[in-house]
Amino acid sequence: MSPLLRSLRRGDPLIWFTGSALGVCLLMIAGLVGVILVNGLGFFWPRPLLEVTLRDGGAFLGEVENREQIPNPGHPDHLKKSRIQLRVGNRDLLGFDFKWIDEDEIARRQALPEAWFIERREYGPLIGTPVLLKEGEAVRARGPEAIGPLLPALLGKAERDRAAIARIEKGEIGEINYRIEQFRLLDRKLDLEARKDPSRDQGRERERIRQAVEEQKALYAKKQEELGRIVERAAPTTLTVQIAGGREKELRTLDIYRAYAANRLGWPGRLRIYAHRLWEFLRDDPRESNTEGGIFPAIFGTVMMVIIMSIIVVPLGVLAALYLREYAKQGALVRTVRIAVNNLAGVPSIVFGVFGLGFFVYFVGGTIDQLFFSAALPTPTYGTGGILWASLTLALLTVPVVIVASEEALAAVPRSMREASVAMGATKLQTILRVVLPAAAPGILTGLILAMARGAGEVAPLMLTGVVKLAPELPLDGFFPFLHLDRKFMHLGFHIYDVGFQSPNVEAAKPMVYTTTILLLLIVVLLNLAAIVVRNRLREKYKTSAF
Amino acid sequence: MSQEAKAADSGLRIRTEVKAQEAASTEVREADIVIEDLNLSYGDNHVLHDISMDVEDRRVTAFIGPSGCGKSTLLRCLNRMNDLIDNVRTTGTIRVKGLDVNAPATDVIEVRRRIGMVFQKSNPFPKSIYENVVYGLRIAGIHDKATLDEACERSLRRAALWGEVKDRLGESGLGLSGGQMQRLCIARAIAVEPEIILMDEPCSALDPIATLKIEELIYSLKDRYTIVIVTHNLQQAARVSDRTAFFWLGRLVEYASTPDMFTKPKDKLTEDYITGRFG
Repeated sequence: MSPLLRSLRRGDPLIWFTGSALGVCLLMIAGLVGVILVNGLGFFWPRPLLEVTLRDGGAFLGEVENREQIPNPGHPDHLKKSRIQLRVGNRDLLGFDFKWIDEDEIARRQALPEAWFIERREYGPLIGTPVLLKEGEAVRARGPEAIGPLLPALLGKAERDRAAIARIEKGEIGEINYRIEQFRLLDRKLDLEARKDPSRDQGRERERIRQAVEEQKALYAKKQEELGRIVERAAPTTLTVQIAGGREKELRTLDIYRAYAANRLGWPGRLRIYAHRLWEFLRDDPRESNTEGGIFPAIFGTVMMVIIMSIIVVPLGVLAALYLREYAKQGALVRTVRIAVNNLAGVPSIVFGVFGLGFFVYFVGGTIDQLFFSAALPTPTYGTGGILWASLTLALLTVPVVIVASEEALAAVPRSMREASVAMGATKLQTILRVVLPAAAPGILTGLILAMARGAGEVAPLMLTGVVKLAPELPLDGFFPFLHLDRKFMHLGFHIYDVGFQSPNVEAAKPMVYTTTILLLLIVVLLNLAAIVVRNRLREKYKTSAF
Repeated sequence: MSQEAKAADSGLRIRTEVKAQEAASTEVREADIVIEDLNLSYGDNHVLHDISMDVEDRRVTAFIGPSGCGKSTLLRCLNRMNDLIDNVRTTGTIRVKGLDVNAPATDVIEVRRRIGMVFQKSNPFPKSIYENVVYGLRIAGIHDKATLDEACERSLRRAALWGEVKDRLGESGLGLSGGQMQRLCIARAIAVEPEIILMDEPCSALDPIATLKIEELIYSLKDRYTIVIVTHNLQQAARVSDRTAFFWLGRLVEYASTPDMFTKPKDKLTEDYITGRFG
């Protein structure tokens, strides 16, 4: 027998065939994850700054972002010459962040030791050389060598000042605004009551509300004053930076988030900045229409939405599966229902979004507003998108997955176990609660894992039911009732779409898209891991007899 | 040795074993379970035909017969376990201590509490040993810790398992060996103090030593409980039972005291079966 024939007999080609199929799948996944990781994780790395002087005398300073062959189809120099992309920053001065420069036009390249990369509140980074540090009108230092050592202390102070301002603005003034709003609603309520029952005297209540509002307003004025003092104290310190080409920009140190001399950084310095940026990304609110700063609200919104969704979808799905598997008479009808449920999982998610908008937001939310929040109308409370409606819509979207998985888990509970329970004199309900459900719990959790993975990555339905580009408040905070299910929220998936495709500054936003994607993947993985750990514990506890 | 010769040999051994029991089993007791004209069909499949028999109080009654002869089905009629299966139709009456099991007014939960059952495949719940034993009490609404503890120990002692598990009552019931698991199931069944215990081939998945232990257990339990055991193992029927019923194709062929059955069967079919000529 020839070796080829022998190999055929052993089934080698099939092994190769199936193995290659798996290989292709793995390669594609690894490629996707790799592209995301490389692009996303590189974003925070502080790169050296290059000064490029052009033949025509122009000069640009920035990080080298890219290098490519110049396409010029039909000409002999097609893909022969190359150009580099510089991230030059200074958008307020230049009008652009990125610049393509043909290498032919470059007269000189130079790594300036005094080139600084300055992250600030607005307009993206400022890249240039610090020339002057002033406090009010008095000059504190001149030239980069003198300014450099002074900056860390100044920036530390700026950070503390910003934190103090944020505390007053978001915390204390936020609380005052919240109270004033509550009193306004009380007032509105009295208006409504007065219309119904004009004879009743509301003088005392009105007076109390008026006084309380006055009190809050006085408090508000005091806080404003305090805020003004902090800003005043911090503002006079300014830094003047000269950019490539000689123009200068004066900047309040209060607005500077970070500054470093990129070409003088050693490895430890770079690593420190990298870690710091990463941490900031996770912890901070977004700035500059989401292209800078952090994405904490989006992380928070995503996790919270998935949790609310899980809380809704598990009982719903499990109860439905229990009925289908344990109580319904197995026949044509149940089979039809089962097929319908399976197919429901294939309905485009935007359709669920439209349904969520029409049913949950307008109908249910509108009704709730009419019944319980009429004082606030016409401003909707629940009659507009919010985290509750988004979670409910996602629960609806993922409930087929949970039903199918739960049904399978229930079916897998051995008949002998149910019989044992029934033979002991247990009712059907007791059997289900005490024996069947605990034994099916790991399988049900598998369904939840699948549902979470699907739900966390869904974007389209959320756009209609409560996700926004920028949510000023988290759905969970220190104000009663703490959990604000009516609030709009941010979501990583939507963030990716928004930053990647709705941003005015796409080039600057691109790395943000990758990093956000990494984070979304990471969160899905973490949520899944948590569920898997729980499932394995349960499996260990309720493992069925091997014999 | 050929299959036939082996079977014949086993028949011979059974007869000698049975002789020892003969003296003890002849006394007639009052009937505990009375079955009259029982017919049962799964859909169009008529499984039990006109079964009428009495099961005596605090005796071990064995049901024997080839596979598919309806003996397990009959056993499951006694505590209405067939209710769990769709398309089952039963006619005729079964009285357990005067209670009409099949009557519409009868509380099936009550019937099952009075009749314990042990299955072919031991089926402990995926819970601790302790929780397995007190399951029946818990679902009956007993929460008093002392009562549960007491019932747990008593049942495990009676099931001859106490000594082996008393130090690990909190561990999973599924961690026990096959024979221990089956004894755990017996303990679980007797924890609720039933009057009758049904056993559906309780040893068919066990090794000979574990089987022996279960048989000893059955022997010790028959002072307190009426036991009905379905078995494929003729030697086992001969060893543990006082009376034996032989079923064939859904009919009760012969029902007599075990010594009579194995030494002088009246029916030709019975004789063929117990001597291993078919089955």
